[in-house]
Amino acid sequence: MNKLIVNTSPHLHKKENVSRIMWAVVLSLIPAGIAGVVIFGWGALRVIILAVAAALISEVVIQFLTRKKVALLDGSAFLTGLLLAYNLPPEVPFWLPIIGSIFAIAIGKQVFGGLGQNIFNPALVGRVFLMASWPKYMTSFTLPLKYDTVTSATPLAMLKEGKVLENISHWDLFLGLRGGCIGEVCILALLLGAAFLFWRRYISWHIPITYIAATGIFTYIFAGKTLLSGDWFFHILSGGLILGAFFMATDYVTSPLTCKGQVIFGLGCGLLTAIIRIWGGYPEGVSYAMLMMNAAAPIIDRYTRNRIYGTK
Amino acid sequence: MKRFVQEFTKGIIKENPTFVLVLGLCPTLAVSVSVINGIGMGIAASFVLLGSNIIIALIKNFIPERIRIPCYIVVIATFVTITELMMKAYSPALDRALGIYVPLIVVNCIVLGRAEAYASKHSVRYSLSDALGMGVGFTLALILISAIREFLGSGKLLGQVIFKGFEPASVFAMPSGALLVIGLLLGFFNLIKMRKK
Repeated sequence: MNKLIVNTSPHLHKKENVSRIMWAVVLSLIPAGIAGVVIFGWGALRVIILAVAAALISEVVIQFLTRKKVALLDGSAFLTGLLLAYNLPPEVPFWLPIIGSIFAIAIGKQVFGGLGQNIFNPALVGRVFLMASWPKYMTSFTLPLKYDTVTSATPLAMLKEGKVLENISHWDLFLGLRGGCIGEVCILALLLGAAFLFWRRYISWHIPITYIAATGIFTYIFAGKTLLSGDWFFHILSGGLILGAFFMATDYVTSPLTCKGQVIFGLGCGLLTAIIRIWGGYPEGVSYAMLMMNAAAPIIDRYTRNRIYGTK
Repeated sequence: MKRFVQEFTKGIIKENPTFVLVLGLCPTLAVSVSVINGIGMGIAASFVLLGSNIIIALIKNFIPERIRIPCYIVVIATFVTITELMMKAYSPALDRALGIYVPLIVVNCIVLGRAEAYASKHSVRYSLSDALGMGVGFTLALILISAIREFLGSGKLLGQVIFKGFEPASVFAMPSGALLVIGLLLGFFNLIKMRKK
């Protein structure tokens, strides 16, 4: 009779847990990393390794010092370091990704109490900190496939300065043959990773699609010389929009829980990104838009709470 | 005499206006970009605090209960005006650096807070001691915050370059850096307090 096990609900179990999902996201980001290294050379790999190592070490040190359970292999610190590296230009001084990762883990995550408690996406916190501290390094990009430090502006920065973009086609943008951050340039590789996440149902369409659509529609209306003449396809392909929309805005901790809330979150991100790109001081607004909507996520959750069955 | 010393020392650590009472954060955030500004602000606020605490302790029995806050403000504003004109006359550079934050000492919550919470209830002697202690505590806190911010934000201390080749993080010279430094220091001091218990 030992085969009968008396147990309380829930009875259905899934093998998924936080660390499996984290490692799956890491896996889905690998194509973009390989593409970044191919496009920008070994400097990009150096940045990725430094950022990931610093993130892991600072996670262990802080968890040890605060006497918490050391959870090095849950993948979250690895993912933070990886995402931060993908948001850095390939030829930065060696200490920049290290400081960024330490800041992202310490101030972005552990100060709030560790994984699941942070208000803002830690990798974005790290990136914005570096951007505000050392803008000189954060905005000098290298040319693709040249493997030396010939600096060039990103397509968005050129657009901001009023230059005409003739030598960059949409196809170049799609493959990643442009100046930019390590992980954001190759849209093809990013879409591959995103498809994997969709297939495993780790992310839903609500945030990424509304985010990208809102950016596209808004830039189509306002980014051109006259209304309804913006190059919306260029705006979707350039900058960190694809990386941000699929891999960073969908972070479970810092995005709303309900589908309705996620749609609002995505629309807000898209709107803010487009506003910053068109009228703001910076050429790129993805990270600031997401941080602002991260801050709004709790209140979105409050107003889009699902009705509990049996209540009014 | 013992109590006089006690009232003085409590303002420095046990009831530090910035880190324990968390008062007067507006000027703290705004002027702590460099140590010189921090010291200037600390001294100016200390002077106003000293003057207002003494006067209010002297006249506390004549102030009608219901309009006491306006009365305090009038006294405080007098001393702020003195400070501002003195600063304009004798150190115009500091006056320019501190800008609007000197007249804003009028609404500095440390000054009003001590008037309301202390000077209106205690004798002149202890009010003077309290004002001195609070002033010193505020100045020390400003020096600490501004030293961290000046060093990290511009690589200098008191205007002198410390390390060659050190690349300052300009975020610490911005308001966000001020909030960051104050938040971390507050957390740090709370941690020490918790460990002591």
